[in-house]
Amino acid sequence: MSSKTLKIALAGNPNSGKTTLFNALTGLKQKVGNYPGITVEKKTGKAILSEKILAEIIDLPGTYSLFPKSMDEQVAQQTICNNDNEDYPDITVVIADSTNLRRSIFLLTQIIDLNMVVVLALNMVDIATKKGIVIDVNLLSRELGIPVVAINARQGKGIVSLKEIIINSIDAKPKSPFLEVDKLFKGVIEQANKIRGVENNFASFMALCKQKLSGEIDYRCALNQLSKKEEIIPERAQAKETVKRYAQIDKVINSTVKKGSPIGKYMLTKKIDDVLIHPILGYVVFLSILFLLFQAVFSWSAYPMELIDVLFTNLQQFTADSMPKGMLNDLVVNGILAGLGGIVIFVPQIAFLFAFIAFLEDTGYMARVSFITDKLLRGVGLNGRSIIPLLSGAACAVPAIMSARTISSWKERLITIMVTPLMSCSARLPVYTLIISLVIPADEFLGFNLQGLVMMVFYLIGFVSAIVIAFLMKFIIKSKGESYYIMEMPSYKIPDWKTVLYTIIEKVKVFLFDAGKIIIAISIVLWVLSSFAPGKKFEQIEQKWAGIENAEMQISSEKLEHSYAGIIGKSIEPAIKPLGFDWKIGISLLTSFAAREVFVGTMSTIYSVGDDDIRSIQKRLADVKRQDGERFFTPAVGISLMLFYAFAMQCMSTLAIVYRETNHIKWPIIQFLYMGVMAYLSSFIAFQLLS
Amino acid sequence: MKILAYLSIGAKGEMLDISDDLLEQKLLEMGCTPGEQFEVVRKAPFGGPIAILISSYVLSIRKEDAMSIKVKLLENE
Repeated sequence: MSSKTLKIALAGNPNSGKTTLFNALTGLKQKVGNYPGITVEKKTGKAILSEKILAEIIDLPGTYSLFPKSMDEQVAQQTICNNDNEDYPDITVVIADSTNLRRSIFLLTQIIDLNMVVVLALNMVDIATKKGIVIDVNLLSRELGIPVVAINARQGKGIVSLKEIIINSIDAKPKSPFLEVDKLFKGVIEQANKIRGVENNFASFMALCKQKLSGEIDYRCALNQLSKKEEIIPERAQAKETVKRYAQIDKVINSTVKKGSPIGKYMLTKKIDDVLIHPILGYVVFLSILFLLFQAVFSWSAYPMELIDVLFTNLQQFTADSMPKGMLNDLVVNGILAGLGGIVIFVPQIAFLFAFIAFLEDTGYMARVSFITDKLLRGVGLNGRSIIPLLSGAACAVPAIMSARTISSWKERLITIMVTPLMSCSARLPVYTLIISLVIPADEFLGFNLQGLVMMVFYLIGFVSAIVIAFLMKFIIKSKGESYYIMEMPSYKIPDWKTVLYTIIEKVKVFLFDAGKIIIAISIVLWVLSSFAPGKKFEQIEQKWAGIENAEMQISSEKLEHSYAGIIGKSIEPAIKPLGFDWKIGISLLTSFAAREVFVGTMSTIYSVGDDDIRSIQKRLADVKRQDGERFFTPAVGISLMLFYAFAMQCMSTLAIVYRETNHIKWPIIQFLYMGVMAYLSSFIAFQLLS
Repeated sequence: MKILAYLSIGAKGEMLDISDDLLEQKLLEMGCTPGEQFEVVRKAPFGGPIAILISSYVLSIRKEDAMSIKVKLLENE
């Protein structure tokens, strides 16, 4: 006998433990992607139900009902309601938080009324019992007419019986609908059934309320005429239906659940909240947590990053030595391995940032952060949750932009993604350090170190410009649908370490495989541009230096000068001259596109032309002279260059991740352009004013 | 009849009606049905969102949205 693959959809309210159950069922056999055309995350995984039955499980976005209000909820609705959807499930498992049964059952009964095979997994029954909420599981199952199983997803309790019940329910549709919606609208539903040619009251009701179900084109016109004739206003009809449904749910709950005191259950959370959302203490705690997070991403990850750097340098060295010399060797070492190293180096930062975020999310603290910062950030088009991406952007924009997923409003999330790269990331630090030491004297100013002050000013420039641009974008970007802030503040709980770990693995995987592909491709292009020259130029350079000892540095810098990258650098010189830059800086700007810190290395290579001494890059640059014999790196050139790095979008990893997160090539292009214009204009103004 | 946005922390009440259609749908689905009892438990600083304990969970909504929620104030027991 061949084995059978069952399609199972996991549905439930946000915070009901859905993801924990998904992890418990699938383990690490998970796949994360996007739904085609939109940015909603799609998680699927495989689970073994029995020897013969394999299941593909899809983790639907959390939703409160089948009448979607957001893109996430729409995905859940479309999967469950459209039988021509490729993910249309054989069985839907609804997971319900036992301490919050009333609301969870609402979604469940809608699915029952669609006449689908559905199983209810009651999560955390044991915790509910401790809180004085006693649920009669068997009675509940009889009242609802579907199988009900008590589980504890976090401890893995009840998973075996859930699997058994799923296998036994394969063809067991609910015996009768939960709510007789046809009785609420006399005769209308029957007519709608006839128009749609389907005998399903609730589905027809949904269609009447303008929900898009399968085969819509064929019946939409006739259905609109029907609602016009019968004076059905979707909003009113829906409100009426919802109130009736809850009335019926309350009856079921009263007969099956013995309630504890809700106030008592809330006490501990209330005590913690007294501190965490205190008008003053709340912000102090939040800032301290941010400081810790910033430390983690910025300094803790420095060690593993250094290790990765050493590993890749050795690997490159080893490969270069062990492979036969030539073009292929160079491509592998300086193109592919260098690009790969440039990607892997970000992994520690991503891991640390998401460890923190998953922790804050899972404990329930994140909802509080939104609560206390929403008003402050909303004024500039951002959201309470934008604060984490923005501030993590000070370490690295790549994980920061990935963390913007927790923002539910698309417009606010998009604005956050668009402005986060303006924050001064750690890759700008080496550039700032080099230039500041070059053009700013180490004097004291009002008792502070002047160099340090300038550094701080540049960090501030990043933050302020991010806020200003966000404010402008608020008026430019059109919002899809109205944004409400309606959020549950879940009770505090100890985080589930497995969920935290899975989140880290998932984010790292997404970055390595999705953004990684694009980064490798661009690395190879950059390698081609700087490794090839038109005609026989490279051979001539090699002949010129042939036989001269220790000339590697000169050869490579001269090669770079005459390569395609060098030619481009020279050809853009007229454009960057008004900013105070020459073609050598032009080449460095181009190669910085791989990563900003490459600037230092390129400058060091390119300015070594005709310089026989081996000395530090600072000293070498300090001695660069203009044609009139004056110092080339004046404060005007330095400030202009730093402003250019503060604003320009010179990071292909960030562009790749923006493309992935927005699912549209338009957004990284707009970002690249607006930041480029800002960089050019500010450098131009600064140079012209200062020189 | 009172407006939810104007209630102070600790006030207890009963849901009556929500005048904004979309908001009404969303809140109804989350269990804020007419007659359901609640307590105002938190207010964020600077006129930020407010939080109510309803249907055994804590729900937070913006003050602006709470302006369109009509409630009945219950006497303290």
